[in-house]
Amino acid sequence: MQDLGIKVLFQGRNFIRLLEGLWVTIGISLVAVAISIVLGIILGMIMSVKNPFIKAVTRLYREFVRVMPQLVLLFIVYFGVTKAFGIHLSGEIAAVIVFSLWGTAEMGDLVRGALASIPKHQYESGKAIGLTNLQIYIYIIIPQTVRRLVPLAINLVTRMIKTTSLIALIGVVEVVKVGQQIIEASRLTVPSAALWIYGVVFFLYFIVCYPISLLAAKLEKAWKS
Amino acid sequence: MKNLKKVVTLLFMLTLITAAFTGCKNNTGNTKDNTNTKGTETGKEGTARTLDEIKESGKIVIGVFSDKKPFGYVDENGDYQGYDVYFGNRIAKDLGVEVEYVPVEAASRVEYLVTAKVDIILANFTVTEERAEQVDFAKPYMKVALGVVSPDSALITAPEQLNGKTLIVSKGTTAETYFTENYPDVKLLKFDQYTEAYNALLDGRGDAFSTDNTEVLAWSLENKGFTVGIESLGNLDTIAPAVQKGNTELLNWLNDEITTLGEENFFHKDYEETLAPVYGDAADPESLVVEGGVVE
Repeated sequence: MQDLGIKVLFQGRNFIRLLEGLWVTIGISLVAVAISIVLGIILGMIMSVKNPFIKAVTRLYREFVRVMPQLVLLFIVYFGVTKAFGIHLSGEIAAVIVFSLWGTAEMGDLVRGALASIPKHQYESGKAIGLTNLQIYIYIIIPQTVRRLVPLAINLVTRMIKTTSLIALIGVVEVVKVGQQIIEASRLTVPSAALWIYGVVFFLYFIVCYPISLLAAKLEKAWKS
Repeated sequence: MKNLKKVVTLLFMLTLITAAFTGCKNNTGNTKDNTNTKGTETGKEGTARTLDEIKESGKIVIGVFSDKKPFGYVDENGDYQGYDVYFGNRIAKDLGVEVEYVPVEAASRVEYLVTAKVDIILANFTVTEERAEQVDFAKPYMKVALGVVSPDSALITAPEQLNGKTLIVSKGTTAETYFTENYPDVKLLKFDQYTEAYNALLDGRGDAFSTDNTEVLAWSLENKGFTVGIESLGNLDTIAPAVQKGNTELLNWLNDEITTLGEENFFHKDYEETLAPVYGDAADPESLVVEGGVVE
């Protein structure tokens, strides 16, 4: 009985379909992560500006995206935009928009936090040895900020990759949905398939997320010495 | 005075943000429209496509379940199969167009039609008054009641036994509304996806699971130790194709199609091909199949 469950994986195109699903997951996450990092860094810098108006606006955006469950955001963008403006977004585009909105808000907050954590004397010392503002940023502030940011950003990236399983609800077939389709299609012949397929899905997520964590650990180590 | 100033700035900010949001979305939408001009996937302004527009595009878009064997599921080759899909293939054939299946979830079926993301929903869609306010149902092609499946060790044979216990339901199904209205003392544990609901029952996170009797019958046959204690609960419901509200042309075509197909006993053939291998002797085709749109 034990080897029966895994057999499902090699029936027909099942394994290839899982990999195709994984590709959808990776594609959408990568695009969203790339957008989020770029916009998030800009947003984080904007958030650090000491203007009460800008502060309030960025904070409102951050809290709005944070408080709203990602599923609600997905439905708002996928169905709501069509209802309100008559524009048809494909599920993939809607997913990228939502995950970028979310990622940017979170990333922006991380950047803001990292910038705020640099002690004031770092700026003052830079000024004291006659560096310009730009030089202070390039040689002192940015390197330190990046080091503080990397572990947090990696955490966010892996969280985004895992949360993409929600996009099945707006009709995008990603790796978890493919897994569920396989399980449902074979539940008569192979009832133990669920465990095996979820095991494979877990493994697929692992081989995507682990190298990212590994890279982060390496960077941290390299900077320490 | 200070507070008033704060409120005013807050309101101003809110409007600004909404404007920014909508502007941003408009842009992305437009670029998408531009790149997709030849696609003419679905109509403008979220209105459903007419019969002519579907024929002209050479493709009909049908929303089906992708994880609800034997009604709508994806086989190991990645092809859509099942009772609903068998009918969908026939619709496409008779219209002379290709068919594109879109996987939908129970809770999002109405939205897919309202926003014209699909032309027809053929996803085991039970006809209810509430839903009929939002979508137009064609003639039925199947009939069902609710069923409740529970473990043999603590079999539930009457809905009253569920008072104070936990019942698993899928969000947006008739089971959810039926138990909320008629048995408010039953604790409901709701899931978005069928797979999750079944896993919850297997794990013992709930005392029973309720959805259409066809569905629980098939499932209990495959899972030893679970029995359908209540086979028919609530009103006898019918299952029908649905189109966007006001899409009369497509609706009339579907109604004619169902009547014509009744003459050749199409849905009995559909049953033999897709449901019989699953249900075996556990169900009688006459208790499920509706031929020619006429419920006896």
